[in-house]
Amino acid sequence: MKSIADIKAIRDQMQARIVNRDNSDAELETRIVVGMATCGIAAGARPVFNEFVDLVAAKGLHNVKVTRTGCLGMCKLEPIVEVFVPGEEKVTYVKVDPEKAKEIFTRHIVGGQVVNEYLIGEQ
Amino acid sequence: MREIALNILDIAENSVKAKASLIEITVTAADNILTVTITDNGKGMSKDFLEKVTDPFTTTRTTRKVGMGIPLFKDAAEMTGGSFEIESEPGRGTRVTARFVIDSIDRAPLGDISDTAVTLLGPDIDFVWVYTVNGRSFTFDTREIKAELGDIPINSPEIISFLRNLLKENIDSINGGTVL
Ligand SMILES: Nc1ncnc2c1ncn2[C@@H]1O[C@H](COP(=O)(O)OP(=O)(O)O)[C@@H](O)[C@H]1O
Ligand code: FES
Ligand SMILES: [Mg+2]
Repeated sequence: MKSIADIKAIRDQMQARIVNRDNSDAELETRIVVGMATCGIAAGARPVFNEFVDLVAAKGLHNVKVTRTGCLGMCKLEPIVEVFVPGEEKVTYVKVDPEKAKEIFTRHIVGGQVVNEYLIGEQ
Repeated sequence: MREIALNILDIAENSVKAKASLIEITVTAADNILTVTITDNGKGMSKDFLEKVTDPFTTTRTTRKVGMGIPLFKDAAEMTGGSFEIESEPGRGTRVTARFVIDSIDRAPLGDISDTAVTLLGPDIDFVWVYTVNGRSFTFDTREIKAELGDIPINSPEIISFLRNLLKENIDSINGGTVL
């Protein structure tokens, strides 16, 4: 069974990378933000959040953060995911599920192309 | 909500919004009662506000007039023949307690506590989870994890994935085949 002690190994690996990183990296961070108001949670935001986390972790992308936020003001369109790529406009995806999250990850986060089918207005 | 664990996520989000630095969550199954408590040291609520908070027409948010999280959790517990309480003191914090009758057909499954716990992780907030089934208990304290992590954020994707698996294994072992 995994224990807290196992975390030391992961920490050491990650620390080695941080030392090699240059300081301008913080501004180059991509953020995936998942709405977690009551309506978002009820509509399935938690599995979407965890899907993105696993995809980023598995791919070892060190400049991508997955975070939560509260109400994004469009209950009917939840789960809502906002993607902030440095130097680009915010992209808002609506009615996201874990399958769509996989596609958004592959095509947008990794591939750099916005997934137009999942934008507001396309739904 | 399809799972009680999703209600817990939603209620804990209230504590995060109330600027809590420490949130303690207990999930205890014993004698056909599943008890969930969520205790925070956030900004708390006045007596007047507290009286209104279980009513679905109260919220301090401006984007939408209806706060649903607390009423939903209360209904979910009371529907099973259980009970619901909320205590709060301005400047000190809030405690929410929900009791569910385990064998009620109206009870939602407990669902995935590990997913809920890791979704809430953040650098500026600590959690203590105490999970107890039939007298066997597991405690997860993010302060212990952070002490190991040093300057690596606890909500880095790799750390979240690792902690989710750690929690799942420990919770499965506590459950010992019991499905809540
Ligand atoms: N733990 C807490 N600490 C302080 N205030 C709280 C807490 N929980 C709830 N509240 C207050 O009660 C309101 C209603 O909560 P809730 O029913 O979850 O709806 P919502 O979060 O959507 O507003 C919140 O907007 C907040 O003002
Ligand atoms: S309450 Fe639903 S998006 Fe804000
Ligand atoms: Mg709420």
